Amino acid sequence: MDIIKVVTAGSVDDGKSTLIGRLLYETKSLKDDQIAHIENKSKSKGYDYLDFSLATDGLLTEREQGITIDVSNIFFSTDIRRFIVADSPGHVEYTRNMITGASTASAAIVLLDARKGVIEQTKRHFYITQLLGINQVIFAINKMDLVDYKEAEFNSIVSDLNLLIKSQANQGLHSYFIPLSALKGDNVIDTSSNTSWYTGPSFLSLLESIPIEEEHQNEEQSFQVQYVIRPKTEEYHDYRGFAGKVKSGSFSVGDLIKVHPSNRFSKVKRLEKYGESVDKLHENENGTILLEDEVDVSRGSSIVAQDFEINSSKQLTATVSWLQDAPLNASGIYWLQQGVQKVKAKIKAVHNTIDLETLTINQNNQLKLNDIGEVSIQTASPIVSKAYSDHKALGAFILIDSQTNNTAGVGFIK
Amino acid sequence: MSVLKQLEEEAIYILREVAGQFNKPALLFSGGKDSIVLVQLAKKAFAPAKIPFPLVHIDTGHNFPETLTQRDALVKELGVELIVRYVQDDIDAGNVIEETGKNASRNTLQTTTLLGAIEELKFDACIGGARRDEEKARAKERIFSVRDDFGQWNEKLQRPELFDMLNGHIHNGENVRVFPISNWTELDVWNYIKQENLVIPSIYYAHKREVFVRNGLLIPNSEYITLSEDEEVFEEMVRFRTVGDMTCTAAVPSYATELDTIIGEISGSTISERGARIDDQRSEAAMEERKKVGYF
Repeated sequence: MDIIKVVTAGSVDDGKSTLIGRLLYETKSLKDDQIAHIENKSKSKGYDYLDFSLATDGLLTEREQGITIDVSNIFFSTDIRRFIVADSPGHVEYTRNMITGASTASAAIVLLDARKGVIEQTKRHFYITQLLGINQVIFAINKMDLVDYKEAEFNSIVSDLNLLIKSQANQGLHSYFIPLSALKGDNVIDTSSNTSWYTGPSFLSLLESIPIEEEHQNEEQSFQVQYVIRPKTEEYHDYRGFAGKVKSGSFSVGDLIKVHPSNRFSKVKRLEKYGESVDKLHENENGTILLEDEVDVSRGSSIVAQDFEINSSKQLTATVSWLQDAPLNASGIYWLQQGVQKVKAKIKAVHNTIDLETLTINQNNQLKLNDIGEVSIQTASPIVSKAYSDHKALGAFILIDSQTNNTAGVGFIK
Repeated sequence: MSVLKQLEEEAIYILREVAGQFNKPALLFSGGKDSIVLVQLAKKAFAPAKIPFPLVHIDTGHNFPETLTQRDALVKELGVELIVRYVQDDIDAGNVIEETGKNASRNTLQTTTLLGAIEELKFDACIGGARRDEEKARAKERIFSVRDDFGQWNEKLQRPELFDMLNGHIHNGENVRVFPISNWTELDVWNYIKQENLVIPSIYYAHKREVFVRNGLLIPNSEYITLSEDEEVFEEMVRFRTVGDMTCTAAVPSYATELDTIIGEISGSTISERGARIDDQRSEAAMEERKKVGYF
């Protein structure tokens, strides 16, 4: 069995929570007491059908308003696959929550209302999936029951979507189109006779079969230190282990390395995983590195290959998505966190923003909540990084507002 | 990588972030299975050193004695510091008023004692074993969940949490609740207990116990319970799926005396784990409301 993280996107009332609720129900992931609760609530509210969004809208204010405000992390599994679904909100003002949900996803479900077709939120959310480099996108054309399951309606939306894909998609995108009624259950678990013209798989079969792409392996070694383990016991008197995560490449005992930012050279003496000795640490794996020499290594340091080229200019350009109410201050100082590296950063310039309605570039020198634009940043000291398109684990960063401590923005290094 | 392996990697990364980012973290330890799993993860995260933070137990005074025995054995084995704060002390000091009536529980009173402990001991991060599959308000919570000076959770102002980058910046007086096993399910916890050969309190295994039926749930009889006239106590083979204190935890009928049979029962269960938590049945938003005032 494997595990796939999926994010839902689409406008408010397109039926995201209903679709997820139905998946939970049909895969028997909802238990009797939870179903009884949904039945009772739906009945007492006078609904004609079961309101599956009650299974996922976990906040009082969401149930009051009948909308999703924050990302819900929902789990379900079939015999084939385990799913972690970030059910994210559709309202424009909660775009930041969608980005949060999408950051760890390897597939996205973009819902559309068959009556409305491609709208602004479709473009906005598709743009975000591509900004984040999500290569598996399912366009679920929902509420087909409200257009009498007409093939022509479906085809017309698909051709609009193809235009959007043509102009915005990354290379390597795989897109899928499926007609649905989450409410009535058409094509959710089994294919429906109401759409006999549709020859593709059901929604669940599609989810079970889309490939989980491994990011292409980056050979250049880098490891970020989270914590220095110093037992200070008789048995481990001189032990100094650097615990952290392999961000790229892999490490073996005997490798020659360089420490950033102290720029000292050494050699890997021993590798451990949770106190046990191992021969090798692979990309994306936790581990502990012990070095031959007493060099300066602390939290936030990187252990990299000796020939790893670190951008010493302290300048970087990135696409930044702004996540907090207070706009990006064009002369402001923020904390920039890349993985566990953290440095002070100064905004040098905002070059432009993307109009997410028309997907055109506007000359602009300010980033407001939910805006996405190109920004030049100067860091107080160099960091170990890569372009996001080359290596996600070293290419994304967050900006932390030094006044409010909020996670104010997320950036993707160009 | 297996699902369990992936979940373990994620949790250990989070625990190391806590130790790296905060001055005074603590691990909230209830003695239940989830906190036992957390302790095991922390043990691995910092090996061969000892766990670099204390275990904190907020004791309602209504514990199953089996969980206390297990707690003390574990603390001794690991050589970590255990700090206990008692709800009874807050009752005696008049900080909280004990609930009365037949559904009385000290569950909500714990919050005051917890917040008091955080303030007294100046903890800036408290690690807990809550999981997102348990309850739908929990499904919304971040891994680093910031609480204000009053310990309150503001569900509308949660920080975005992107990739694996955890932002632990806080103002003086605030604290962060950290949930390393957010993405685990009940079944993952049991499979991990099996894989790691963890010792858990005996009440998780089927045993004979005095119980009675209330609101369709099997409640363990104890000195902390006030029985109504129509409630009849009888003996039954039961086990517990979740362990809060004795007044808020219901049992399930079971003959599962081994991990494999428990895992089998849970895979086939048609009732949710918290379906047996009396504290959650008070209202639909019971968990969310408790979280807003500082509960875990």
